[in-house]
Amino acid sequence: MPAHDVLIIGAGLAGQRAALAAAGAGASVAIMSKVHPVRSHSNAAAGGINAALNVDDSWESHAFDTVKGSDYLGDQDAIEIMCREAPGEVLWLEHQGVTFHRNDEGKLGTRAFGGASAARTYYVADITGQALLHVLYEQLMKNYLTVDRYEEWFVTSVVQDDAGEACGVIARNIRDGSMELFAAKSVILASGGAGQAFKPTTNAMICTGDGIAQAYRIGAPLMDMEMIQYHPTTLAGNGILITEGARGEGAHLYNAQGERFMEKYAPNKLELASRDVVSRSEQTEINEGRGFPDGTVALDITKVPRKRTLEALREIVNIGRDFAGVDITREPIHIKPGCHYIMGGVKTDVWGETSIPGLYAAGEVACVSVHGGNRLGANSLLDTLIFGRRAGEHAADRAKGMSMPVPSEKSLADEQAMIDAIVRRERGVGRRVSEIKDELGTMMNEKVAVFRDQDGLTEAHAIVHRLKDEAKSAYIDDQGTVFNQDVLGVIELGYMLDCAEAIVMGALERKESRGAQFRLDFPKRNDAEWLKHINVSANGGDEPKISYSEVTMTQWEPQERTY
Amino acid sequence: MPEYTLKLRRYSPESGEPAYWEEFTADLDGHRSVLDGILQIRDREDGSIGIRHSCRAAICGSCGVSINGRPGLACHMHLEEAQKRAERDGGVITVEPMGNMPVLKDLIVDMDAVHWKKMQRVTPWLIPEGEHPEREYIVPKEAMVDVTQTMACIQCGACVSHCLSMEVDPLFIGPAALAKAYRFVGDPRDGQQFERLRDLSEDPHGIYDCTHCFNCIEACPKGVAPMSQIMRLRRIAGSDHGIEDRNNGHRHENAFVKNIERNGLLHEADLLPDSYGGKFHPRAVPELLSSLPIALRGLQRGKITPKKALLHEHKAPQEVKDIFQRVHGHDTRFELNLYVSGKDEEQSGEQDNHDIVEGAQAHGTPSSSSAERSPNSV
Repeated sequence: MPAHDVLIIGAGLAGQRAALAAAGAGASVAIMSKVHPVRSHSNAAAGGINAALNVDDSWESHAFDTVKGSDYLGDQDAIEIMCREAPGEVLWLEHQGVTFHRNDEGKLGTRAFGGASAARTYYVADITGQALLHVLYEQLMKNYLTVDRYEEWFVTSVVQDDAGEACGVIARNIRDGSMELFAAKSVILASGGAGQAFKPTTNAMICTGDGIAQAYRIGAPLMDMEMIQYHPTTLAGNGILITEGARGEGAHLYNAQGERFMEKYAPNKLELASRDVVSRSEQTEINEGRGFPDGTVALDITKVPRKRTLEALREIVNIGRDFAGVDITREPIHIKPGCHYIMGGVKTDVWGETSIPGLYAAGEVACVSVHGGNRLGANSLLDTLIFGRRAGEHAADRAKGMSMPVPSEKSLADEQAMIDAIVRRERGVGRRVSEIKDELGTMMNEKVAVFRDQDGLTEAHAIVHRLKDEAKSAYIDDQGTVFNQDVLGVIELGYMLDCAEAIVMGALERKESRGAQFRLDFPKRNDAEWLKHINVSANGGDEPKISYSEVTMTQWEPQERTY
Repeated sequence: MPEYTLKLRRYSPESGEPAYWEEFTADLDGHRSVLDGILQIRDREDGSIGIRHSCRAAICGSCGVSINGRPGLACHMHLEEAQKRAERDGGVITVEPMGNMPVLKDLIVDMDAVHWKKMQRVTPWLIPEGEHPEREYIVPKEAMVDVTQTMACIQCGACVSHCLSMEVDPLFIGPAALAKAYRFVGDPRDGQQFERLRDLSEDPHGIYDCTHCFNCIEACPKGVAPMSQIMRLRRIAGSDHGIEDRNNGHRHENAFVKNIERNGLLHEADLLPDSYGGKFHPRAVPELLSSLPIALRGLQRGKITPKKALLHEHKAPQEVKDIFQRVHGHDTRFELNLYVSGKDEEQSGEQDNHDIVEGAQAHGTPSSSSAERSPNSV
């Protein structure tokens, strides 16, 4: 049985950063991912990474912007840590080889981003996430002696010992279909978000909430799950992302009547108000009939000098051309709000520890909570790196002086039986997996989107339950072992349905409007009753349990939020 | 909805059967991608079709395939465009796994066995000299923009798939890994520029193994232009560091350029001896002797005549001389770069030199102006 001090599931930025930190702390480390690490969704974070690194900027200012952006639901102790450690982390990245944009003096240069009171976003053209991900992978290739890589291995569950501590995982080697039990003193979940529970979404097809559901199933509470970020600029139909960098560089938003409507909703910050505000404004314009017939508004990037666009926004020039047939340097592009990010996730402390001893979570899979009700652009890369590193260090520390646990072989047999049963399901009896997934995504995007209400959420809840039931008999075509992506699709569907259930329950529970959650039936923020986190925990086969936890306040009292 | 016929190359290693073709129909808007078409077929008809995929937006590099004989990302090719290109095949969009790599199942290839192994070969991490500075490294803005072109590589393997040199020499380090090598050689923070270049020059499967076929530039969905990066490595190695490799690559390249400058058309009889320092150079003698059988066969079959072999009558016309003069006349080398290739027509006052990275490297490269080119907009 392979055994490692620290076993990391997911190899995006959080996972790779955790691996490098844990290896640096002397632990024996392995990192496992269902895709090759450079295929991870961190690639998609185009715009940049925030840090108060300029002498005239301060971490307090960055922290306040983040607190305000979170609509005061973010935990301020965690936000302080993230913003304090951000400058050091950006410099560390630079030293590892990230090709950050420079100013004319050859120093790190910045761009403006939404919801921020200073230009503090460091970037590599509009491929920042990709550049970071590939540079960290360079470091993994360099450290191949201290970090083992299991690439294209799919985790089916986290294993606990008799005392309830996490002691390893069970995973399937996608290449040959073999199942293996891995022992680990600490397990770090870093497997990203659950955007595929929505359709369309900016999220990659791999973002199926695996880690969120794996932790949830063994009893870890999920926090702030109702907080789903709709990004203001996504392409209609396929949901492909147009980076916030476009607005950072000076692009404007117009409705079909040619009005720059953000003047109405955020007179000071305009297009660079926080994402929840801009998305809601766009959706209001569209709902009130001032959008285009395809249910969109226009993003006008022609305001940005063409040369600058080609240099700094090259990727979206390509995206406009290849995925919308529009030359964004010459004409506006139609966009709408689209599912983008889940602020919620597995509840952790500031070291990434979940409620289950030995189980950590970092990155989008986790909820520390630094994003609260709404994440600021360019804070997600930061979140993955800061808390990935902290989780890696803490997990390595925990492993010291511990003996290697020996997880029970029975769990392996159970998982093998589960997979065999899926493969044996009778074809044509139930529904196709793709049908269920499609219905789930379309429904979530209709009823659990920018604007929500009791009736819609109640229906959503009932539909998720029905789909969960139908998923039990959903059948597949592939009976093979080599790259059987079909059977993995069934397991992923189960993960997405668990996430969707928690999202809907959180949204039903929160009877107020805060951050990304806007309830038409409770349109005001209600600090007296709802300035608290909502936690959803699994409860055997019964209805999941709801509980609350306090929001940690350090120095910023809730204020009215205007941009 | 328009209908598209997709012919997929299927292979299941467990079946014991050889690979076979299977046709399917997808009905989707023509602006949706070939990947969307395949996923629709998977969802509706046959979930066992194997293809790696994730982002759908040409950034994760998972879905490298060959479409009607041309490598690229399945998510980056519109169905209608693919159909148009497939006219010769009766409009059937034919999708098969990438080349130069073993097939694992259907459209999935073993990238570890080839692509990633080669990547590891070029020491793909930054090796700075000395301790890190307290703050960031201060480096020219242009240098970072310059290496960002190679950072734009998403490791999809499309260039490796259709690399002709690799087909002939499977040990060739190849376009993707050598482009990655440039990412460090071109990075002023790296302290091993000379060592890297010597290593890649001396390796018989290194930078001089490329035959300039342009396939990788055509294949790359991100405009990385791997061949241009290989040529830059050669120029920096040969011209800036004076690295005379044991493969005779650098001398051969110089001999080739001089040959054209002199003759306008290649005079092959001179090329070989000149590559080894001239007809009477001790290094050239064994090479000339070893090429005698080929020359004799050529004579026998009338491909070579003694007159042609000894006297090259063609002389470089003035136009060719002008080109050489212009290129040699520059103080600095010009390199085209993806991230600075856009001309600002609106601001015609702005000079063209912004569109070119001035700096370390040599004579104009074969164009890497693929910034404006996409497989979908040719």
